[in-house]
Parts: sequence; C-alpha cells; structure tokens
Amino acid sequence: MDRFTVLTAVAAPLVRANVDTDAIIPSREMKTVSKTGLSAGLFAGWRYAEIGGRDPNPEFVLNRPGYAGARILLGGENFGCGSSREHAVWALHEYGFRAVVAPTFAPIFASNCIRNGVVPARVALEHVRELAAAVERDPVANAVTVDLEAKTVSAPGAGPYAFAIDDEAREMLLNGWDAIDLTLKYRPAIEAFVVRDRAERPWIYVAPRAAGERTTP
Amino acid sequence: MPSTLFDKLWRQHLVQELPGGTALVAIDRIFLHERTGSIALKSLRESGRPVLDRARVFCTMDHIVDTFPGRGDDTKLPGGRAFITETREAALEAGIHLFDVRDPNQGIVHVISPELGIVLPGATVVCPDSHTCTQGAMGAFAWGIGSTEAEHALATGTLRLAKPKTMRVRFEGALAPGVTAKDLSLLLIGTHGAVGGNGYVVEYAGSAVHALDVEARLTLCNMATEFSAVTGLIAPDEKTFAYLKGRSFAPQGAEWDRAVAAWRELKTDEGATFDREIVLDVSDLAPMVTWGTSPQHAVPVGARVPEQAASGTTPEAYDRALAYMDVQPGQALQELKIDAAFIGSCTNSRLSDLRRAAAVLKGRRVAPGVKAICVPGSMSVKRAAEAEGLDRVFLDAGFEWRESGCSMCFYAGGESFGKRERVVSSTNRNFESRQGPETRTHLASPETVAASAIAGRLADVREFA
Repeated sequence: MDRFTVLTAVAAPLVRANVDTDAIIPSREMKTVSKTGLSAGLFAGWRYAEIGGRDPNPEFVLNRPGYAGARILLGGENFGCGSSREHAVWALHEYGFRAVVAPTFAPIFASNCIRNGVVPARVALEHVRELAAAVERDPVANAVTVDLEAKTVSAPGAGPYAFAIDDEAREMLLNGWDAIDLTLKYRPAIEAFVVRDRAERPWIYVAPRAAGERTTP
Repeated sequence: MPSTLFDKLWRQHLVQELPGGTALVAIDRIFLHERTGSIALKSLRESGRPVLDRARVFCTMDHIVDTFPGRGDDTKLPGGRAFITETREAALEAGIHLFDVRDPNQGIVHVISPELGIVLPGATVVCPDSHTCTQGAMGAFAWGIGSTEAEHALATGTLRLAKPKTMRVRFEGALAPGVTAKDLSLLLIGTHGAVGGNGYVVEYAGSAVHALDVEARLTLCNMATEFSAVTGLIAPDEKTFAYLKGRSFAPQGAEWDRAVAAWRELKTDEGATFDREIVLDVSDLAPMVTWGTSPQHAVPVGARVPEQAASGTTPEAYDRALAYMDVQPGQALQELKIDAAFIGSCTNSRLSDLRRAAAVLKGRRVAPGVKAICVPGSMSVKRAAEAEGLDRVFLDAGFEWRESGCSMCFYAGGESFGKRERVVSSTNRNFESRQGPETRTHLASPETVAASAIAGRLADVREFA
C-alpha cells in the first residue's frame, strides 16, 4: 500500500449529504471480478451526460475547468453511505484520489479507505465549506493540503483545520502497512484464543466437510 | 459492574488489545456472496494465504444471479456469468460451504443465515455486505465489511476494530394493526437522521421490540446501516431459541442445552449505561413511506411532502430530492401514482412478510399498468409460501412470482425499473438510481407495497383491512 504523509493537490468539492456508494460507482459499472478498471465508472451517473454513456456532463465538478488531476475530495455528511462495495474506494483511488475530507463517513467506507491508502479525514462541516469556498475561488491556485502527520487540512485562505482519524488508521496510512501482515504476527494469541473458546463455546466450531461433500445433502 | 449486551459480546471475542487503540476481535462466521466475496477469495488466493478455518466460511449466490424461473449461470448483467462461475470455482477450491444457484437452500445471505442456523446468539458474523447488521437480530455481533477486510477475516480469523460506542433505542408501546418493524426503522431514521447512528452499535429494546417475532426483528436490524450505525442488535430470548432449534447448523442435543444456557446471559444488565439512549413512543405510529432520496425522508403515509424547514435536510439536498422524485412541498403522498411495486430484499422477503402482503392482495387485483414483482428471500421461503398457496395469491393478483435473490433492490441480475418510474418498494434504499437509472423509489412495508399496488398510488394499508 502507498504511504501517505503530506499531499497538496487540487481538491474537488462535492459537499452534499449522503453521497452513497451507488453514486460513487453504480452497480452497472462493476463489470468484472477485479479491483481495477473501475475509474471510468466513478460517479458515472453524475459525471456523464447519459446513463451508460461516456460523454462528459460539463456541470459535474470533475469535468469543470481547473479540476483535472484532482486528488482530494471534499464531501458532506455521511459520505460513502450505502453498499459496502469496496469498488467505490478502488474507483476513487484509481482515478487518483488519495484523501476524502468530510464531516462524517459511513463506517464501512472509512474502513475501506484505510485499507487502500486513502485518508478519510473528518472535519466539521463549516470547515469543509470554508475549504470548498477557497477551492471554488481558484481550484489550481488554492490547492488543498492534507497533512497526515500533523492531522491538519488547509488551503490558501482556509484553515489549517485539525482533522480526526483513528490512531491506528493514521499509523497504517503513514507507514503503508498491510493489516493482514500485522495481524499474522499475533498468530499465537489467535491460536490460544481458539483453544480456550472451543472449550467454552463448542457449538461455534462447525465440523469441516470431507473433500467433495456438498453443504446441502 | 453491569454490562451492556454489546460489552459482553466484545469481551467474549477479544483476542488481544493492540497498540493504537484497536483490538483483535475473533470472527465466528464469515459469509460471502458472488459480487464482493468473489474478489476477496480471488485476492486471497493470489496472495498465497490460506483460509484459516474453511468450516466457518459460507457463500451464497444472491447479488448477481437473476430471479427468472429456470435461471442458470447466465444473467442480463454484462459479465454476470463470470462473477457466478469464478465464485463457484474459488469457493470449491477453498472448501467453504457454498449455496449455489440451484441449491435448495440458496437465497439472500441475510435470509438464509438465520434460516439455516448459521448465525447464532453471541456469535460474531461478518460479510462483505452492508446489511449484515440484519443478523444482529439474533443476538449476534454482525456487521458489514469491505472485501479487503473479508480477506483479513478469512486469513486470520479476526478483524482489527476500535471499540464502538453504544446506543440503546427503546421502542415503547403496542404497534397498531398494519404497523410493522419496517415502520419502526423508518421512524427512527426519519426522526434522528441517516447519520444518527454513526459510530454506535445500536441495541434495539423496549416493549415493541420484545413483542416482535424473530423475522420482524431481522427487518428492524436490517436498516441499522441506513442509520449509519456500526450495526444493530437485539438481546436473544425464548423466541430466538425456539426459532433456531433444529436448524441445520444450530447445535443439537446436549450441546444445544449448553448453548441456550449460555445465550440466556446475553442481555444488557440492569443499570448498565449506554453512550446514548433514544426512547420512541410508537403506540400511535402509522405506516411510514419515504418521499425523497434518503431513508431519512420518511413520513407517515397519510402525510404530505414536508416543507424544507420540517424536512431535516439542507436546502440544497431538499431541492435536489424534490426535483429527483418529482414531488412538490405540501403534496399528499397518497396522490402519487405508481408505475411499479416490489416485494423482496433482505429487509422484507421472509415468509411472514409474504403472508402479510398476501392477506392484503387476496381477492384483489393490481391496478392496471402497475408492474408488480414478488421475490422470496430464499428458496426455502419460496417453497414454504407455495405450500400454503401464497404464490397463487400473488399470481392471481397480478404479481410476478420469482426465484430468490437480491433482484430489483438494486441491479441484481442486470434488471432494473425504467427511467423515472415511480416504484413502491419493500427494500431499504431510496437512493438516486438505486433501482434503475433515474428510478424514483418509495420505501415501505410489504403490506403498504401490496396496498399501493392495488390502489395504483401510495396507499394506507389500513384501508384494505
């Protein structure tokens, strides 16, 4: 996973409440069993003039002058609500986004961000609006800076504002750690737990099936 | 010190506290499906990491598979076939339990997991699906995760979690006829917002919850994710144990007795404190419907589209929702003509849901021009419904009667409602384009959907008693 320390980049304001993962990537845009090839479907319902088409809708923020190469997204309350589809984060990441700044995130979306090197930075709505106002004045000159070490976000004329993020999430993102690798270091503790738990709650431990045996007889 | 139900579940599964404020939490059950589970299995295989305990991993086909009679691996969804065949291949190779397309136990994950006794009181259950919170109704800690987290759970038998805050929502009072668990969900989200549960595990309690049967409790917990909660849960009781007894994966014999004795301890102790409590009096509650594009846009069916000040949304979001839904402030919801009606989904597709809808439909016909579809939540629900003749009631009323799956809750099977069609739906999300490009969804209980299908407009089921 990429390491994240400080990023200064063009930010795209999409400060709307309840931007859901169906909007971030509609079901119809998830065409293969793959984590890649998803950026063209990002915000497809809003970004293109026609459903299923690829002609840009000139009014959508990512198609407006000055927002090319945006890597930071400014969002509203409950950003990433809805379906658990990690495709939403894979699509954002593939498009180039490395941070989303919003007042609140849906829990699964926030966790998916952290596992893919995208910073979910929680900032009060009025501060997100201040950042968005600075960006709207001139998206290129007023690039936004997300500083994960200092836990601040700022733009020329706005902030810096402290943002909230869980300590472990911050460590993971700063170091580009893979959570599975870290957890596998605790294998002895996990095995000891299972031995204890099996004695206490034997009904949790389903007998494995023989090779080739069907689940439903 | 008195503990909440959630505190007990947390302690029981705590493997190790970690630096950085999180903990390793043991995972008892992992459920996968062909849309997001396929990628987790594939990615795990590519990383060369094995599944730690394949006997506790389950997989169903519900999200991509279509629901037409005689279905197979082909779907209308471009590339859909590959999701099904690749999931099957990966599941068989990993040696996990698979409920395949033609399996008699195939169905929507959150319908079949309780039905087969896979989710048990006191268990931790995860699935790369946001509605995993449904299963909290059995007294489990069950929550939705992403595909990468599913890989983590498969490989390590654990997840890394920061302990969530706790909230108790008490619904007090007796529900009037025609008012259901779905209406409780819509009331809560309508009054406290789609972000009201953010950061919390929500325990549902109170006399109205105690009175609900197990299937209705599953409906109530289903929409905890629409409340932005980590999950919802309900303390298990004698109804829960009676429901589970004898189910395929539930413990048997002496082990059953021992399990039930342990499960009886799974409740919030007298005097335990929550980070937040909400009490709602529901004795005067009416059936609820949504008017906008968020589940928080919920009002009683007899109401009018609220003015912005009373809508609980910002002016921009309010205007956008009005325009998208083609409704006016002050418009009576019951004036809204519908194009389609849908009964199904992990929210409301169980046998009791179909029975209540059928009671409204019996001897009546869907209004001309309304497309009406019923999709049972599992093949087992479908068989049970057919055994008591419910399929005839739906068909005679003019409903389609389908095979089980997620279906038109979204785009499952590549099927959707038409552009700008107005749909009354027993599902959980009324987001823009959720049920098809530009489709306008009104969420409601199955009986409200049935009543509306007959009336050809949003309707109050109590007029159809």
